Amino acid sequence: MYQFSGRLKTFSLALIVLGFVGLAYSFYNGSQKTLEDAKHAIEAASNDAHGGGHGEAATPHAAEASHDSHAVKTDKEAHAAMIHASEDKDTSHGDAHASSEAHGTSHDDEHATHVLHQLQNRPWSAFYVALFFSLGLTLLVLTFYAIQRVAQVGWSVVILRVMEAITANLLPVSIIMILVLAASVMHINHLFPWMAEGVFDPESDKYDAIIDGKSIWMNATGFMLRSIAYLVIWNVYRFLIRKGSIKEDTANDGNKTYKKNYNMSVIFLFLFMITESMMSWDWIMGLDPHWFSTLFGWYVLATLLVSALTVIAFVTIYLRSKNALPGINDSHIHDLAKFMFGFSVFWTYLWFAQFMLIWYADIPEETTYFVARFTEYKLPFLGMVVMNFVFPILLLINSDFKSRPWFVFIGGTVILLGHYVDVFVMVMPSTVGAQWSFGIPELSAIFFFIGLFIYTTFSAFAKANPITKGNPFLKESEHFHYYNIEHKGEGSGDHH
Amino acid sequence: MESSKVIHAFYTDDEVLLDAVKTVKAAHHHIEEVFCPFPVHGLDKAMGLAPTRLAITAFLYGIIGLAFAIWMTNYMMIDDWPQDIGGKPSFSWVENMPAFVPIMFELTVFFAAHLMVITFYMRSRIWPFKDAENPDPRTTDDHFLMEIPVHNNEAELTSLLSETGAVEINVVDKH
Repeated sequence: MYQFSGRLKTFSLALIVLGFVGLAYSFYNGSQKTLEDAKHAIEAASNDAHGGGHGEAATPHAAEASHDSHAVKTDKEAHAAMIHASEDKDTSHGDAHASSEAHGTSHDDEHATHVLHQLQNRPWSAFYVALFFSLGLTLLVLTFYAIQRVAQVGWSVVILRVMEAITANLLPVSIIMILVLAASVMHINHLFPWMAEGVFDPESDKYDAIIDGKSIWMNATGFMLRSIAYLVIWNVYRFLIRKGSIKEDTANDGNKTYKKNYNMSVIFLFLFMITESMMSWDWIMGLDPHWFSTLFGWYVLATLLVSALTVIAFVTIYLRSKNALPGINDSHIHDLAKFMFGFSVFWTYLWFAQFMLIWYADIPEETTYFVARFTEYKLPFLGMVVMNFVFPILLLINSDFKSRPWFVFIGGTVILLGHYVDVFVMVMPSTVGAQWSFGIPELSAIFFFIGLFIYTTFSAFAKANPITKGNPFLKESEHFHYYNIEHKGEGSGDHH
Repeated sequence: MESSKVIHAFYTDDEVLLDAVKTVKAAHHHIEEVFCPFPVHGLDKAMGLAPTRLAITAFLYGIIGLAFAIWMTNYMMIDDWPQDIGGKPSFSWVENMPAFVPIMFELTVFFAAHLMVITFYMRSRIWPFKDAENPDPRTTDDHFLMEIPVHNNEAELTSLLSETGAVEINVVDKH
């Protein structure tokens, strides 16, 4: 039985405390922001724009939900700026600047309020990015685990308990998620523009006909009920399957418990596919309420799935180095790395499919999403493609490298960082716009959730037998040997 | 001539064959060839064959395909007959790159797949209308055949092979 070592426990608790302190500081800092700070930030941004940028002054409007006609107009200009960026920077910059001036002084104040909201949003967004990433990858570990059960996979039986342990993280992050979403609904933060007051009121000057048209889906009550429903469904499955899995160890009832666990997993996977798509519309796409993409659910799924597999590989490699995983060999690591490689390509495929269709059609209401990312977030937006595609492809394409922990670790680190940036670029442009940076709020949130992850995962792993003893495919998993690689410390004579 | 004589040992199970190959290798006999109705995983390692370099050629062919696609799209859509792609008349390959990605992907796969198959055929010395090289048609059905050259050690080899579970052992003259 694995013992959650005191050193690791201290380390995880230290991360949680460090993250908590940093977050408390960031939230206090965010709440102290005033209109003066906002005006200051606008001034700084326009100085930047004069200094050779393009379209920067225009894009904060693009993210603003309540100025639709204006948003569409600037989108076109900003889009023109994107296309001709390399040729005529000066002209497009002039256009964008002119359009923001044309709206006069009363608009300036409104704009300042908007920027103020963005500044106040920053600690919330930083927390939300790390929270969503942590929740999402834990959820996908649970899904991958359910897939193993439904497909009655042989090779992965010796690491089923690793996946189970990781899903212990689901409950705490779900509770935090509910609290954050409730705070949004109660106007404590301004993450979701459609929750602003007056958006659904035709009398109000903030009335937004497009969002009003979506009010069947986008209303606070429905949003909260759905969010709670998703989280409850996932957590109930996690609770039941963990109980069933431990029962399976000693059941000895002709696989009756095993089959019950199988049935539960089938139901979960069905519900998961529905709730995952809806979750991505509500929690991520809802940040940009005018914008829509039909494959967004898949795209989010790919991001979280490849991160989930990387995390499984990391925890497996760590536990193996502590000799806590009997029966594991290089072939299991090799298979996990193959999944990391394969789903990196899958992510790229979906990312590009979404981008290319919108780029080709060039419809302003669709291009807003990418305009905001191309102008304010060019480096992280393009950098993540290198981190999530080019790097894993080149590093993990070699069959021998996939079973070496060191290479899997390097590749996995870049994949995890890359997909954090991916979620960052999904969330930040809509919530903080041009006011983004990477500093104490973001780092603290990451520390907090890594600490929480380590604590929940390893304490859960220490609570059960490291191997699912009652699983009928255990032998197959222990003897698993991918023919093309040699296990460490084995000659070719040991094949088969 | 004595050296052109070979022993053909037949097996009916891939696991038995694999163990036999290991036994023969352990007794330091050279195995000329093994004929199988289907690929047997681990056989190449047991026979001591060098790892295949086909994967490296596939990678190179893929790069060639990618380069060809870039050249082709640039020539067709930008140089030879400049086209306004998706209402974005930039006439620059880089700015229209997203439209060319599917082509680049397909040609990478096309080149890698086809050239790899052709390389495999050439390396295996197979081409259309070539007569089959396998010494016994049963190796295309349910038998495995191990071919070992004889160097005045016919009796020794025969007794060794019969211990490994061979169902039939023939000594034949190789033409």
